[in-house]
Amino acid sequence: MTLDQAVHGQAPPDVSAGTPARAEPCPSPELSRVIPVSGRRRSVPRWLRRAVGPVVLLVLWQVLSSTGVLPVGMLASPGTIAATGGGLVADGTLPSAMLVSLQRVAVGLLLGGVAGVALALASGLSRLGEDVIDVTVQMLRSIPWVGVIPLFIIWLGIGEAPKIALIALGVAFHLYLNVYAGIRGVDARLVEAGTSLGLSRRGLIRHVVLPGALPGAMTGLRYSLATAWLALVFGEQVNADDGLGFLMNQAREFFRTDVIVVCLAVYAILGLIADLVVRTLERLLLQWRPTFTGQ
Amino acid sequence: MATDLHGPVNESVRHAAGQSAGAAPGAAVRVGGLVRSFDGRAVVDDLHLTVRPGEFVALLGRSGCGKSTLLRVLAGLDREIEGEVLVPRRKAVAFQAPRLMPWKRVWRNVVLGLPGRPDRGTAVRALDEVGLGHRADAWPKTLSGGEAQRASLARALVREPDLLLLDEPFGALDALTRIRAQQLVAEVWQRRGCAVLLVTHDVEEALLLADRALVMAGGRIAYETEVALPRPRDSSDPRFAALRARLLDRLGVAGAPVPPPEQPQSPAPARAHAGADENGTDTP
Ligand SMILES: Nc1ncnc2c1ncn2[C@@H]1O[C@H](COP(=O)(O)OP(=O)(O)O)[C@@H](O)[C@H]1O
Ligand SMILES: [Mg+2]
Repeated sequence: MTLDQAVHGQAPPDVSAGTPARAEPCPSPELSRVIPVSGRRRSVPRWLRRAVGPVVLLVLWQVLSSTGVLPVGMLASPGTIAATGGGLVADGTLPSAMLVSLQRVAVGLLLGGVAGVALALASGLSRLGEDVIDVTVQMLRSIPWVGVIPLFIIWLGIGEAPKIALIALGVAFHLYLNVYAGIRGVDARLVEAGTSLGLSRRGLIRHVVLPGALPGAMTGLRYSLATAWLALVFGEQVNADDGLGFLMNQAREFFRTDVIVVCLAVYAILGLIADLVVRTLERLLLQWRPTFTGQ
Repeated sequence: MATDLHGPVNESVRHAAGQSAGAAPGAAVRVGGLVRSFDGRAVVDDLHLTVRPGEFVALLGRSGCGKSTLLRVLAGLDREIEGEVLVPRRKAVAFQAPRLMPWKRVWRNVVLGLPGRPDRGTAVRALDEVGLGHRADAWPKTLSGGEAQRASLARALVREPDLLLLDEPFGALDALTRIRAQQLVAEVWQRRGCAVLLVTHDVEEALLLADRALVMAGGRIAYETEVALPRPRDSSDPRFAALRARLLDRLGVAGAPVPPPEQPQSPAPARAHAGADENGTDTP
C-alpha cells in the first residue's frame, strides 16, 4: 500500500556506478512507521482470545432460546442443558457412559495405531513392503469404512469387538496414509548426508527417516483421533447398551434434545482435550520445525 | 575411537594413521578410467586422478561439468560406476547446502554417525574449532547461513577424515563469511594433515587454498597445475595473477589475458581440452 506507492510512484534509484550524479535531488519517499509487535499484541492473554468464540456462540444461543426464536422442542437452551448435564453427572449416568466410551476409543486407538504404523513402516521403508502392502491398503481405503459395520456385526457379534474394530479400522487407515507419506517425503539429500556420515541402514531409519516422518505422523494422529470419535458414535448407535452413543440413542426415543446436546457437548470437550494433547505433543516433538506459526 | 591425526603433516604421521586397506600406499585417492553415465550420457568419462596424502586439491570447472558427480563417487554415495576408485575408509563430506538434520540440535548433528556414544564435549570441541561452540544447543533453523555451513564443516571435521571432500561449501556464503571460512579450512587442513578435494567454481579460492588446481571438462581432468606459491597467499602477487589468468583461460573465460604458456609441472597426463562443451557462464 504505502510501500507499494513509494516503490512504484517514483523512478527507481540509480545505483549503477559510473553514471554522473543527478542534477536534481530525488524527492524523498513517504515513510511509514514499523510498529513493534510488543506494542500491539499480548494485551489479551491467548486463552482468553480462544474462549471468545465459544462464549459468543453460547450467549447467542441462550438469547435465541429465551426470546423464543429457537423453540425448546427443537433445541433446549444452554441453561436447561447445563442443568440436565449436572443431573446426569450427579446420578452417575454420564461418568459411567464416558468411561465405557473412552475405553473403547483407547483400545481402538491402540490397536489401530499399532497396525497402521507397522504397515506404514513396512511399506515406507522397503520397496518390497511397498509393493506388497501399499496397493492393497490404497484399494481397501476407498471402501467407506462405515459401510463395513454390518459385516463386523455378522463377524464379531454385538459386543465390544465390532465397535473397537471399527475405531481401529478408521485409525489405522489415517495413520498408515500419513506415516507412509511422511516417510516417503523425507528429503533424499538428508538421507544422502546421513549415509556420508557413516550411518547404517538402521541408523538412517532412526536418525533421519523416522524423525523426518514425524510431522506426517502427527497429522495422521490428528485425523485418526477425529475418526476414532466418529467411529465411536457410529459404533455405539448400533446395538450398544452403554456408552455415550447409547445414551444419545435412548434420548432420541424420548425426544430429549437436552440429553442429546449434553452428549454432543461431551464429544466436543473430549475432542478438545484430544486436540490439546496433540498440540502439546507437537510443541514438544516438532519444535525443530521452521514452519509458519501465524502472526 | 579415533586415530590421532593431529600434528605436523609428514609421512610418518600419515603411516601411523594408517591408510585403509583399499587405498594404495602413497595416495589418498586413486581413480582410474572412471566412467559415470546418466541415461547413456557419460558425465564422467575415463577420468584419472591421484591425490597424495595430505594434499589440498582444488577441482574447478563450469557448472554441470560433473564436479559434484565425481565428488559423490569419491564419497561412496554413487556406485553406479565403471572403473577403479580407491579412497580411504575415513572420509567426510561437506555439501554445498549444509544438510543438517533439522530435528537434531547442532551438537547432535555434529556427532551423528560417529561410532560409540560420542558425548557433547566431542561435538563442542569440533564446534569451537569453527567458532560455533556457543551454538551447540541451538536448533539448525536458528542458525544463519554461514553458521549452518560452519556446523556442517565441524560435522565433517569431527570424523578426523583422511580425505575431506568439499563441494562448493562456501558458495552460498557472503564475501566476509566466505573469507573466514576459507581461512578456517586452511587452518584445519594444516593442523589435521588430511587430503582435501575442494570443488569450487572460484579460481581465486582455488589458488588461495590448494596445492594443485584441476580443471574438469569433457568428463575428465582436462588441465592441472601445481600452485607453488608460498602460504599465506597473496592474490596481488604477480605469480598468482599469472596462474589465475591461465586457469581462467582454461575454463574458457573470454577476455582473460593469457600468460606465456608453461608446461604443467605435475606428472599426470594433462589433456588440454578446456571447457569447449558448455555454454553460458558459471554461476552458483
Ligand atoms: N541424478 C542425475 N540424473 C541425471 N543427470 C544428472 C544427475 N546428476 C547429475 N546429472 C547431470 O550430470 C551433469 C553433471 O552434474 P554435476 O556433477 O552436478 O555438475 P557440477 O560440475 O556443476 O557439480 C549435469 O549435466 C547434470 O545434469
Ligand atoms: Mg555441483
